[in-house]
Amino acid sequence: MSDGLAFFVDPSRCIGCRACENACSECDTHRGTPMIHVDYIDRSRSIATTPTVCMHCEDPTCAEVCPADAIKQNVDGVVLSSLKPRCIACSNCVLACPFGVPKMMVRLEQMMKCDMCFDRTSVGKRPMCATVCPSQALSFVSRELIARERREVPVNTFQFGAQEVVTKVHMMAPAGTRAISADQGLSFDVSEHLWEEDPA
Amino acid sequence: MKLPASPEALAAEYGPHPAYAPPGGWEGASRQSVDKLVKTHCCFCGQQCGIQLKVADNKVVGFEPWEEFPFNRGMLCPKGVRRYLQSGHPDRLLSPLVRTEQGFRPTSWDDALATTVTRLRALQEQHGKDAVAVYGGASLTTEKAYLVGKLARVALGTRHVDYNGRLCMVSAGTAYKQVFGVDRSPLPWSDIPEAQVLFIIGANIGECAPITTDHVWRCRDRGGRIIVADPRMTPITRNADLYLPLRPGTDAVLLMSMLHVILRDGLEKRAFIEAHTTGFAEVEASVKGWDPLAAARVTGVPPASIEKAAHWFAEAERAIAMHARGLEHQSKGVENCLALINMTLACGHIGRVGAGCTMITGQGNGQGGREHGQKCDQLPGQRSISDPAARQHVAKVWGIEESALPQAGLSAMEIMEAIHRGEIKGLLSICFNPLVSLPDSAYVREALEKLEFFCVIDFFLSETAQHADVVLAGSLQEEDGGVVCSAEGRVVRIATAVTPPEGARADSAILCELGRRLGQPERFAFASPREIFTELREASRGGVADYAGITYERLEAEMGIFWPCPSEGHPGTPRLFEGGRFYHADGKAHLQAVADRPSGDPVSDEFPTFLTTGRVVSQYLSGTQTRRIGPLHDQCPEPFVELHPRLAAAHGISDGDRVTVTSRRGVLELPAKVVTTIRPDTVFIPYHWPGKRSANVLTHRTLDPRSKIPEFKVSACRIARAAGEPRRLPVVSG
Ligand code: SF4
Ligand code: SF4
Ligand code: SF4
Repeated sequence: MSDGLAFFVDPSRCIGCRACENACSECDTHRGTPMIHVDYIDRSRSIATTPTVCMHCEDPTCAEVCPADAIKQNVDGVVLSSLKPRCIACSNCVLACPFGVPKMMVRLEQMMKCDMCFDRTSVGKRPMCATVCPSQALSFVSRELIARERREVPVNTFQFGAQEVVTKVHMMAPAGTRAISADQGLSFDVSEHLWEEDPA
Repeated sequence: MKLPASPEALAAEYGPHPAYAPPGGWEGASRQSVDKLVKTHCCFCGQQCGIQLKVADNKVVGFEPWEEFPFNRGMLCPKGVRRYLQSGHPDRLLSPLVRTEQGFRPTSWDDALATTVTRLRALQEQHGKDAVAVYGGASLTTEKAYLVGKLARVALGTRHVDYNGRLCMVSAGTAYKQVFGVDRSPLPWSDIPEAQVLFIIGANIGECAPITTDHVWRCRDRGGRIIVADPRMTPITRNADLYLPLRPGTDAVLLMSMLHVILRDGLEKRAFIEAHTTGFAEVEASVKGWDPLAAARVTGVPPASIEKAAHWFAEAERAIAMHARGLEHQSKGVENCLALINMTLACGHIGRVGAGCTMITGQGNGQGGREHGQKCDQLPGQRSISDPAARQHVAKVWGIEESALPQAGLSAMEIMEAIHRGEIKGLLSICFNPLVSLPDSAYVREALEKLEFFCVIDFFLSETAQHADVVLAGSLQEEDGGVVCSAEGRVVRIATAVTPPEGARADSAILCELGRRLGQPERFAFASPREIFTELREASRGGVADYAGITYERLEAEMGIFWPCPSEGHPGTPRLFEGGRFYHADGKAHLQAVADRPSGDPVSDEFPTFLTTGRVVSQYLSGTQTRRIGPLHDQCPEPFVELHPRLAAAHGISDGDRVTVTSRRGVLELPAKVVTTIRPDTVFIPYHWPGKRSANVLTHRTLDPRSKIPEFKVSACRIARAAGEPRRLPVVSG
């Protein structure tokens, strides 16, 4: 693993360009299929988009629910794709992941997911999506750099009902805010920013 | 001439067919072992991101980020990531083509070149030299752009050479040249994070200059405030501190009103204005009438927002005003830019770290492509073609008499008009797809059909090339290297990563061969782009865009050099106007007052809605390349009409419905994308598609009187729900 660097996701920076999806699907281990996805939160009412990438949970639900014990964590805490010989393609992990990450590759009969570009990070390169992302909504940098340069702060504890999930990947949140997806002030309805002498 | 075959037959043979896998397929041998990684730059916008191309077996089979290149540090948008899918593309032209009654027929290079030269010469002998025109493009390397100008003026001897940058940077270029004496961004992008306020007007940075987003967000990280002025909320608006939803075509009024507030409240920098500018008294008088209430009536921006924007911008110690085609694609594009410069200089924001105004150049070589002589009124080095000293200098470098050098010719759209009038009968075009990119496509199609001879140099058969008599199979950017100049003013080196596939030729070799066959063997004797660059350096020496000190070796070692760079020991000039010294003889900035005037296609009872056109992140220009790249095609497979729910409701339109949009030129039917993120009096259509999906069926031919840029951003239209089945749009409903 690239020394001292960590993965930070800041959806508020995302411009929906899909460079991450395009770059991810260039990977030789899952050619043509991205393991990251980008969604509009609600395009009819906003331009906001958000990337979804595996958060690499400390106690991964996907692995817990796997009946075949096919999902392993490596020594760096990266949660890997299912082991091909073990995976029975049951999709338990796909349904259980609180972040909606794993994908069933029907053609391969195997669950595949983001492994934080193990092929790259293991040789000192940064993960592909975080390297190309033009807004640095996805960043793979040092904690010091994030602390020094960002206005948002990293959080890696998530509450899903009673379940608390701690992750290797950090989500950036507005300083002093507890809610991860806190909306910022701007209304995305242009009509609320207009000056109209006699609103129709 | 009409098409040589039905559009369907041409499409079946020449595409666009979207390619999804690298040459040889995903499992192919070319993917397994990579021969080399070549450091170069992306071909798909003026950011010129550094990228490494994976080369195997003389094909580009993939990419690797280039993290050391300082501008983008590895970052790329989807166009950069997928550009390599052009390599080994099934639509690639691998032979010259000639038109026959039954469609295009492959022919030999000798035949194609001989036909082209004979036909162009015959037209010139019969109707005069100016009966032939040349079109270039700003995606060409600077070497090729230089050759286009030289070929037109020296080999063909025609006045008429212009380029597709006429649809891109000319309004900004004209304004900057008039005020500052130089046409270039005054600042390097490293200044953007240093500003305390960014005022972004008419610039969809997230989609059209994606890497600039990181610069903007870093400014915000440091406490900078972001002001966005645009009729649509584009992706960067998500973090705007202030959003000004101006009505299309009212930019100058908004800017004059901001200056009005600045002067009313005494926020201007008088000492700077007096020491470093001329013309400010007239500017001051011109904004008197534009108090925020008067401006609100015109622009639709609340007076309080105008006041706030003016105060933030003027009170900041360091502020940058950034603009792109939204401000510039108007029949008053130059005036809009002048108004923006007036406001910026009144606040003394120039020539310092983190302060200034800047244009965000669009095309791959949008900057370099306009510096060295394919513009109808300029010679190499950004010299004016009407300046006797400039003419002497360039004539000497070219080894011709000054008197033999033609004077200024017509601009891109005016060339189409001259074809209609029968004055121009022959056309040679490279790197330009006017049938998709010029306004009023019916008019453009008629012009192409009227030409007596038309030769196109291209690597794919573009919609325009389908009208050609002869098509010369040219090269992709990675097959014919050279230099380009980025939006920052940084000249960078484009590597020749591979050679053209068999049957195609390097563009520079084609242009040189045409020059030789047109009777100028010594003046087009260049054996390589390097030899062209050596002459270009001389031609630029002493000019405004002085490249004399730039060498390929220095560009590689220094990761680019900002011009002017007059000698080999000179470090280059990242930031212009330091110390308030401008490029005019008196050293001052020549400010010019502007006045508001109506658009060339005003809204009326019959056409009550504004139409504005623009881009999406996954497509480049007329789409000749990006509509052939599968994943980019899929990201936005077709155009749409973006409109506000309020406007949609008034016409009974729901998301996904088919909508007809009618302008004074034509009608288009497209699916509706109903979103709150656009003004309720405006619709938006992206322009990258041809034929029945082309936004330019609707746009009009009014040009800015000075820059000759068409008014893509302001047209009048009416909309209606079309008959037929609604079609769900994945983007909105998904
Ligand atoms: S985010 Fe989902 S896929 Fe990733 S480790 Fe956690 S549970 Fe598994
Ligand atoms: S590359 Fe970055 S900005 Fe673009 S969609 Fe992905 S996360 Fe968002
Ligand atoms: S299109 Fe522009 S922003 Fe995108 S990768 Fe290429 S140069 Fe960079």
